[in-house]
Amino acid sequence: MERKEWPLWEIFIRSKNGLDHKHCGSVHATDARMALQVARDVYTRRQEGVSIWAVRAEDIVASDPDAKPELFDPAEDKIYRHPTFYKLPDEVDHM
Amino acid sequence: MYTQALDIPPGEEPKRKPDAVENAAYQAEFDARIDAGATIEAKDWMPEAYRKTLVRQISQHAHSEIVGMLPEGNWISRAPSLKRKAILLAKVQDEGGHGLYLYAAAETLGVSRDSLTEALLSGKAKYSSIFNYPTLNWADVGVIGWLVDGAAIMNQIPLCKCSYGPYDRAMVRVCKEESFHQRQGYDALLAMMSGTEEQRELVQDAVNRWWWPSLMMFGPHDADSPNSGQSMRWGIKRISNDDLRQKFVDATVKQAEVLGVTLPDDELKWNEARGHYDFAAIDWDEFWNVVNGHGQCNVDRLAMRVKAWDDGAWVREAAVAHAEKQAAREKAAA
Repeated sequence: MERKEWPLWEIFIRSKNGLDHKHCGSVHATDARMALQVARDVYTRRQEGVSIWAVRAEDIVASDPDAKPELFDPAEDKIYRHPTFYKLPDEVDHM
Repeated sequence: MYTQALDIPPGEEPKRKPDAVENAAYQAEFDARIDAGATIEAKDWMPEAYRKTLVRQISQHAHSEIVGMLPEGNWISRAPSLKRKAILLAKVQDEGGHGLYLYAAAETLGVSRDSLTEALLSGKAKYSSIFNYPTLNWADVGVIGWLVDGAAIMNQIPLCKCSYGPYDRAMVRVCKEESFHQRQGYDALLAMMSGTEEQRELVQDAVNRWWWPSLMMFGPHDADSPNSGQSMRWGIKRISNDDLRQKFVDATVKQAEVLGVTLPDDELKWNEARGHYDFAAIDWDEFWNVVNGHGQCNVDRLAMRVKAWDDGAWVREAAVAHAEKQAAREKAAA
């Protein structure tokens, strides 16, 4: 029998106010309402969240893992961007 | 619930060279990352054999969770109290949830949910042999929690450090919930053991039937698991079948004592020199018989899943039709 597979949604949960939504997995659902309902049943059976984001998987754009070096390596030698780069006199080092 | 080392159904899998290399440079980088204990993520390059092994293992694991709902679901309507019914409902719902976490993890490897479902329903895919045994009385539900989920936890904890990120993260979630499964089972058995003589006999009878199948859950002996070495190399498997089985036996003896039941093995005794319990030989003919489809419930379990899938077809179709209609209306209104 021919059938249409339900679209895939990526699910993000905010575990409590003050924290970011965090990716936790995916569900299949035909529309947004169902995606939230299914995500609630699958990912929050023990009060793991206070808010759910559901995003159609096909709408997510991601960087290419093979592009990791050119994307992220240039930051590697810019250690002056970190506060620990600066050695200050002991008396004021806790500023 | 749990993944079994089913990587070697005799004569089924073509012998593929596990080190088949598609791209030598990528392969070297991949090996270095595995050696360094790094995590492989979904879109990273991986050897085809690694991907295939993961798809097989994660989907077998997911199928096991889904089929694992059946033996216990059998007792929801006959749970002895409202409390036990609520607990059992929560547990069976967890098993469904575990199946879904794992299907989601498998899908990150580029297989569709439908193809996985299809493999289960057609009988092509395996699931854990343990679910092909019947649940004959209420004590079976408790013993499944205690022994079967106990064995599952023993098997699954090392998977929380698996080299494949999505599987590893799904397993962390699963393991947190499994602990509830084991404890509620033991708790239900404690209640029965403090009851009548007849209740105690039911518990002992269930233990007698589930003990050996639980030991089989760890899969064949290490010597008979030729692919285990490769899985260890890849960081998919961390501890060998026999070592896990031994750990489980060692942990369970005391629990049986506290519960007041005996484990059905005359050869079970502490070996001071080894620092472990010795136990009798496992009947591997029975194991392979069940794995290959001839257990007591194989036919029923699969038939139930096929029926559930077929009966749900109109719901799946109606949901798609509804979503399409709503989308068309929104478009027209815009």
